[in-house]
Amino acid sequence: MMRFLLRRLGHAAFLLIGVSVLAFFFSALAPGNYFDEMRLNPQMSAERLRALRAEYQVDRPMAVRYIRWVGAVVHGNLGFSFAYNTPVAPLLWARARNTLLLTGTATLLVWMLALPLGVWSAERLGRPADVTLSWATAVLLIVPDLALSLGLLVLAVRSGWLPTGGMVSVGFEGFSAAHKLRDVASHMVLPVTALVASALPISLRHVRAAVAEALEAPFLRAAEGHGISRRRLLYRYALPAAAHPLIALFGFSIGTLLSGSLLVEVVMSWPGLGPFLLEAILARDLYVVIGGVLLSTLFLVAGNFVADLLLYWADPRIRAETTGR
Amino acid sequence: MAQHEVITEEKAHLRQILEVRDLRVAYGRRDGGVLHALNGVSFGVGAGEILAVLGESGSGKSTLAAALLRLLPPSGRITGGEILLEGADVVRMGAVELRRMRGSGVSIIFQEPSLALHPTIRIGDQVAEVLRAHQALSKRGRAERAREILAKVFSDDVQRICSSYPHELSGGQQQRGLIAQAIACEPALVIADEPTASLDPSTQREILALFQSLRDKLGIAFIFITHNPALLAGFADRVLVVYAGKVAEVGPTEAVLSSPRHPYTQALLKCMPQVDTTQGARRKTLLPVIAGAVPSVVSLSRGCVFEPRCEQRMEICQVHEPVAAMTGSRHEVSCLKFPA
Amino acid sequence: MEPVIRVENLVKRYGSRGLGRRAEAFTAVDSVSFSILPGCTLALVGESGSGKSSMALCLSCLERVTAGQIWFEGRDLAGLREKELRSVRPKLQLVFQDPANSLNTRWTVGEIVAEPLLVRGRISKRERDARAAQMLEHVGLGAEYLRRRPRELSGGQRQRVAIARALVLEPRLLILDEVLSALDCSIQAQIANLLVELQRSYGLAYLFITHDWKMAAHLADEIAVMSHGKIVEQGAAEKIVRYASSPETRRLLGAPPVGREAMEAVPKP
Repeated sequence: MMRFLLRRLGHAAFLLIGVSVLAFFFSALAPGNYFDEMRLNPQMSAERLRALRAEYQVDRPMAVRYIRWVGAVVHGNLGFSFAYNTPVAPLLWARARNTLLLTGTATLLVWMLALPLGVWSAERLGRPADVTLSWATAVLLIVPDLALSLGLLVLAVRSGWLPTGGMVSVGFEGFSAAHKLRDVASHMVLPVTALVASALPISLRHVRAAVAEALEAPFLRAAEGHGISRRRLLYRYALPAAAHPLIALFGFSIGTLLSGSLLVEVVMSWPGLGPFLLEAILARDLYVVIGGVLLSTLFLVAGNFVADLLLYWADPRIRAETTGR
Repeated sequence: MAQHEVITEEKAHLRQILEVRDLRVAYGRRDGGVLHALNGVSFGVGAGEILAVLGESGSGKSTLAAALLRLLPPSGRITGGEILLEGADVVRMGAVELRRMRGSGVSIIFQEPSLALHPTIRIGDQVAEVLRAHQALSKRGRAERAREILAKVFSDDVQRICSSYPHELSGGQQQRGLIAQAIACEPALVIADEPTASLDPSTQREILALFQSLRDKLGIAFIFITHNPALLAGFADRVLVVYAGKVAEVGPTEAVLSSPRHPYTQALLKCMPQVDTTQGARRKTLLPVIAGAVPSVVSLSRGCVFEPRCEQRMEICQVHEPVAAMTGSRHEVSCLKFPA
Repeated sequence: MEPVIRVENLVKRYGSRGLGRRAEAFTAVDSVSFSILPGCTLALVGESGSGKSSMALCLSCLERVTAGQIWFEGRDLAGLREKELRSVRPKLQLVFQDPANSLNTRWTVGEIVAEPLLVRGRISKRERDARAAQMLEHVGLGAEYLRRRPRELSGGQRQRVAIARALVLEPRLLILDEVLSALDCSIQAQIANLLVELQRSYGLAYLFITHDWKMAAHLADEIAVMSHGKIVEQGAAEKIVRYASSPETRRLLGAPPVGREAMEAVPKP
């Protein structure tokens, strides 16, 4: 078991390092840097510019900058943002928190809906109820996320029931705790709905397919022959047997917690990681970009790792394989 | 009368726990056609009896097994007949009664033990699941009972088997695990569909011996479905030969194997390589085969269904359908050579 | 007469060579030797785990041998590299037990049978079809089977297709790994007859691997009994069947469960 864990951790570390190298070099390769924009500013004198550049060591060779950066990361320092003139880490974290609030809620809802609906659908495979649900999910899949988000916004504007964007209302600081909660919650409704609507069809279909396949398995028929109740057959026999692809999907859900909501955040003006990174890329704010990429990768790798662990725990055959029988 | 026949007479007075009357099963095909898998099968099984159902692919034997518990796939349905299990008609049973009957009145052991066990549940727990479905025991009570049951089919190492997963066991052990599940609630009848097909000869023999000992100790009757006549001698009490959804012949094992009446049974037994240890082996000679192939779509045509391949066919075989006729002590044959 | 194939002290060990795994070597084949004359059949009888399937894989060069030699047409197959093996492979064909799994379900029968010809080199489609039809005829299937797919065939028919595919490159030795085990009784008889006829027509040598000693005794000139990777007894078929000396052999040839007397008392029909 230890060997398995260590091997997986090793993979993860390798991936992170690799991604950081690539991110660093690719963003540095992009033409121009932060200070180039400033040249256009008539208020900036040439000496001032040169001083700033020296201060930020923009002109040092790539490899040197990378090594210094790695050294800093190890100490928890993700670098300095040129645009905001503050350390990167707290900036990123503040934004990431907002994103996680959104995506965490959405992911939870998606799974809470997809599992029972998928099982229900798989049981009635091919029958009218299942066919209707399949059509509904197909429609949701086809509608572009952008159209969905905009549509929801329009609905909000027209009806006036829900706030149209942003995370908090004006005067948030003065609210009572309960009011704050209600306020954020009401702002969350639209973006979470958009996220759920775009992710639910996929998860639902996967659950449905995996459970349907498990329902066809010989061991299920054998269990039916032993007089085991329908309910038990579904939840104790079919669902665990369908676990394999579903756990992989779950790992993927975790992996995309930070990266999957860019579009919705931009459209609904949610102050999350996505728009922030976009800004930073356009402004060539190097360390913010790399820090953001690294954070996203961390989540992706963690998601995979969690999936691997869950699979190891859930399927004894995998345990047997990895102990080198 | 020879010793064996006396015993069979005694068994004739056994209580009938299963009576199948004129059972018909059909499958709907995708192109709209109908496949008649069983066309009027009738037989009975007495308490504690081992009945072998001998048939090849396309005979309907697996359909018979599934139909007895109403476990046919969605495209199959019972189109006629009765299945009387201790008096109650399985064909007309409601869903609740049916579920209660499965596993505790009658059990079934399907082919391919490696596939019939759930891959990620321990063997002991799988047996406990069957108990859970039919008996009101505490969790600990179930676990203990499961171990007791496993001890009946495994001679040693019960604890290890109990906490093992199917993939950690050999083919023979997996089959025993399935048998344990089948006998968990002490049914009166267990149907075994080719339980030894994928096993070694010596493991096969062990499993057959296990069936016999379960019958002797627990009084469970068995319907043993197979395509291999070599397994039956010294094991089954009676043999039922099926061909294309109909019963060709049924009778005590020795009678059917030593003096088969139906042309199909005769041809089938001749197909097996006879290795005579007394004379020199007639090696590499051609074995007698049954010409033609099993009819795949059994349209309900007139006449005997085996007629096209029968070497002893007569003219009337194309016109009249044979009916079961007695030809000896409890030995019935459905062939026009033996008029009813 | 020069044997078609001569195996000397063959050893096959499955062990762990990967990183971080405990060394758990398992000897599947433990110093086995035998030879097969042209037109003759050697039956390798044993139970599962005896090593007979590993034997089949080694002889057909699908697995690398750990030690020992396989003399075929004057060359040691165990020592040849992959490139050199390619010229040998057509002469040594393997037929598997389960026709459902060894035939590509997406291809037609014609394509399946002609596939080995594709590997051999350029040959026109028309010629391939002609060869395929010819082979199918030899195994008792008509030309109408060319366009059918495996799922439309019965077990016996599929096995015939597998045999036809094995014969298309005119091999000298066929390794038949439990080819009859998955078939019904009467179909076993048909395929057994086919094998006998093909052997007579083409002078093929067979290595017939099975756990069914009766069929082995019927089809083979010589029987080798395998147990735990070793050959425990070997000799002419009649001799083994009549005078089996090792306990392993006696156990394998042993009676059905209870009532051996019942079996022997049954007069042969």
